[in-house]
Amino acid sequence: MRIPCPHCGARGVEEFLYTQDAGVTRPKDGGAEPTKEWTDYVYMRDNLKGPRKEYWYHSAGCHAWLVVTRDVSTHEILKVELP
Amino acid sequence: MSGFRIASGGLIDRAKPVSFTFDGKHYQGYAGDTLASALLANGVKLVGRSFKYHRPRGILSAGSEEPNALVELRTGAYREPNTRATMAEIFNGLEASSQNRGFSLKYDPLAVNNLLSPFFAAGFYYKTFMWPAKLWEKFYEPMIRRAAGLGRNAGVPDPDTYEKTTEFCDVLVIGGGADGLCAAREAAASGGRVLVCDENAALETPDLPANVKFMPRTTVFAVYDGGTYAALERLTDHLPVSDAPRQRLTKIVAERSILATGALERPMVFGHNDKPGSMLAGAVAIYITRYGVAPGRNAVLFINNDDAASLIPLLVSAKVQISGVVDSRPKSSDLVHDLAREAGVPVFAGAVITRALGCQSVKGAEIRLNNGGVLKLECDLIASSGGFNPNVALTSHFDGKPVWDDAISAFIPGNLPPGMEVIGKAAGQGINLNIQPCWHVGAYPGKSFVDFQNDVTVKDIRLAHQEGFSSVEHVKRYTTLGMATDQGKTANVNALALLAEATGKTVPETGTTRFRPPYTPVAIGALAGPHKGKFFKPTRCAPTHEFSEAQGAVFVETGMWLRAQYYPRAGEDWLAAAQREVNTVRNHVGICDVTTLGKIDIQGPDAAKFLECVYTNSWTNLAVGRVRYGLMLREDGMVMDDGTTARLGKQHFVMTTTTANAAKVMQHLEFCSQVLWPELDVTFISVTDQWAQIAVAGPDSRATLEKLVDAPFDIGNEAFPYMGCAELTICGGTPARLFRISFSGELAYEIAVPARYGNALAAKLMEAGAEFGIAPYGTEALGIMRIEKGHAAGPELNGQTTAHDLGLHKLLSKKKDFIGRALAARPALTDPARPTLVGLRPVDGVSIIRAGSHLLPVGAAATAENDQGHVSSAARSPSLGSIALALLANGPARIGEQIRVYDPVRNGDTLAEIVNPVHYDPSGSRLHA
Repeated sequence: MRIPCPHCGARGVEEFLYTQDAGVTRPKDGGAEPTKEWTDYVYMRDNLKGPRKEYWYHSAGCHAWLVVTRDVSTHEILKVELP
Repeated sequence: MSGFRIASGGLIDRAKPVSFTFDGKHYQGYAGDTLASALLANGVKLVGRSFKYHRPRGILSAGSEEPNALVELRTGAYREPNTRATMAEIFNGLEASSQNRGFSLKYDPLAVNNLLSPFFAAGFYYKTFMWPAKLWEKFYEPMIRRAAGLGRNAGVPDPDTYEKTTEFCDVLVIGGGADGLCAAREAAASGGRVLVCDENAALETPDLPANVKFMPRTTVFAVYDGGTYAALERLTDHLPVSDAPRQRLTKIVAERSILATGALERPMVFGHNDKPGSMLAGAVAIYITRYGVAPGRNAVLFINNDDAASLIPLLVSAKVQISGVVDSRPKSSDLVHDLAREAGVPVFAGAVITRALGCQSVKGAEIRLNNGGVLKLECDLIASSGGFNPNVALTSHFDGKPVWDDAISAFIPGNLPPGMEVIGKAAGQGINLNIQPCWHVGAYPGKSFVDFQNDVTVKDIRLAHQEGFSSVEHVKRYTTLGMATDQGKTANVNALALLAEATGKTVPETGTTRFRPPYTPVAIGALAGPHKGKFFKPTRCAPTHEFSEAQGAVFVETGMWLRAQYYPRAGEDWLAAAQREVNTVRNHVGICDVTTLGKIDIQGPDAAKFLECVYTNSWTNLAVGRVRYGLMLREDGMVMDDGTTARLGKQHFVMTTTTANAAKVMQHLEFCSQVLWPELDVTFISVTDQWAQIAVAGPDSRATLEKLVDAPFDIGNEAFPYMGCAELTICGGTPARLFRISFSGELAYEIAVPARYGNALAAKLMEAGAEFGIAPYGTEALGIMRIEKGHAAGPELNGQTTAHDLGLHKLLSKKKDFIGRALAARPALTDPARPTLVGLRPVDGVSIIRAGSHLLPVGAAATAENDQGHVSSAARSPSLGSIALALLANGPARIGEQIRVYDPVRNGDTLAEIVNPVHYDPSGSRLHA
């Protein structure tokens, strides 16, 4: 798999690190209570076929975090953006 | 004698004779020969024994699809088993030998398996060796493995070297035949970079434009996402052993690819079709044209299509007699009739070969004529063609499903990997002219093989169906069809058709054959490339490495780092050395390289605010010139890392992380900065490798350092108190950073200089501290002292502990948002019943507490239900004896109680007193001295 890094150009997947689902957003303004919003953010994930937004880290390159839209059933990279 | 070298012709170099041995016997071939062609030229037919029945086997094909002619090449550590003789090029001195045989290839005692074969049908082992179950591992399996299997592993580490590289191109052409070369020229015309990979040796160098790179002996064996292909180039397999790399694994990144891999012939399925002398018709043609070798002297052709007809004039030109052409089609074609008539050869239309005759090799063919009559023809070669299968293997690596084309009775590529185009025979063009399938020849005596390499017969496939294994996937697993190293290249389609017949379905209804990488076997060494032994991962040496070496250090790997573990003196073991080093620090002064801790330089107007986000405690109120201990959580509330961060300026911090988590913390900070709080104006960079940092610890550390620090900097206790930091110069102008922090619990400093001065700084410190008895100390002494001080480290920061568990809950700020704040507040994570950090000491004062021991209530049985925690770290303190840190349920409330320390693995069972985790100097007075 190759990911077109907006800074470095297309690079092999071994330069990147997948970390987590980019379809979730950290609750604004934090909050001290372990609310459902928090558990949803940290634990609850949809595991759906098709295009997903994912965080990839260009660890062996420019250290940019990328939001990669990838079809998880075909590995097709549909879009790569900076967060 | 059977096969022979034709007087002229072929692409071999007759001016260069090559001598080699097979099973110890000397033979001669020519440069350009494969082992298979050279053996055939020498009249050798029998080259191996089959997997299960130990049947004599010869050479079936002329390419990488070969299922039979598997041999061992070279000797000793260089011995490689299961090499296809059809792909192995000969060179002077090559030693090849047959495999899976007894005393000799000709007389193999295990050939008795062939006589017992009525019992050895599919599923035999499953059915037979069921009882007693105990015997399976000890007796049955080793016995079966000895009897079956193919070549022998060398049994010693692979002495060859391998390379890895990457190639980029606009167009990758896979297959260097006529179609592939034509496509390469066409692609090159538009100016891009073109690669042509061909798995065979190039006997003729093709004439190609400059922007085309031709790679012979290179097999593209896998297709991956994003136009990425894996190829294996055989660099020196065709040469005597040398130091040069043996093979090169190339990752090819191509805009698009053209698959020109041609088609693979399938054999006809008839009785004893596996006998040496039974070959694919196309292979016979290749041996004649490419190698100038006639594989036999008297041939019978067995065909069901027109493709093989061209073999007739070839055999004539090679002076091979043709006893007959057996054509299973009710009416043979005009082409076959015309060519046969020219050659004066009889054509038997609507007839089949029912079985090959002969014992060790083909001596004749028994033919059932279209009128039911039986005819026996003498021959030493049966050239059969059941039609061709487009070589679609690579098209299905990417989830492609080949589709059945009734017109040519073969699978053609279905959906293709992105960017791939298939041309020529691989696309099903120009093959199987006028084919009328003949999947098997009906009732006959003797075995008829479908999968030669795994010894799967027609009967096995029918049996599988009878026993309920009718799905193609089940048939594969039950019979092992297509599961050998050749992936059933010559077998799968025949088998599918037989299964279709048994189930009364069509071939496409029955299933398809799909292939997985690798296309042909790849040595593990090639996948590893140069990354083995000490090159498996990089080795990072501390900037004082040479100093430590000179001091006689024993090193230990921590992550990628090599750190000094201890510095033994004469007569000292590791414990004596470590304890002496601890005593030196506690009473005098010691130095230890702490460079390996991660160092991250953080700058920007919002640097302090940023630290508030990632650390649990507060940072905006840290004064310039001060250091603070910080705790980081994961978002789920567990402790992620800890360390000290120094404020060198209003907008300038230097963070330290644990050695193990340096890269992870960096990645985490990048995430927080780029994703979570992009509005904060902060930048940071890892400076772990840029600064050599040495801890100077002990009551005499100040007196030692004073000698190095340039005036007018004052490191007195008042001017530079505990948790102070400064940028200064030492040794007459060398820039340095000084931190008054202590991991050991003594008066201590950490001093950092540009990394290139690491060894020099260590030497200067040794010189300055000589009068105090200074000594370097390693990670063992460091570990003893941190356990004495109750500092949490790797064993406690294990990803399952919270700030509460480690007694650090006071560091959780209530006034601000930070990573992990909300979920750390979950009741279960603050439950006092959770295992919490405590200290342990043996009640008897002499027993040794070991890390990993379990904690049980005194008198309680050793059961999982009674388990209350475990010993996380243990040390042998020179002043306190055996001490430990433990995570114990309700720990802090139980200080003063006793607990059973149970270590069943190492027979440890002792009582310990639960104590404060800070074993040494609990008031911390020594830090402030």
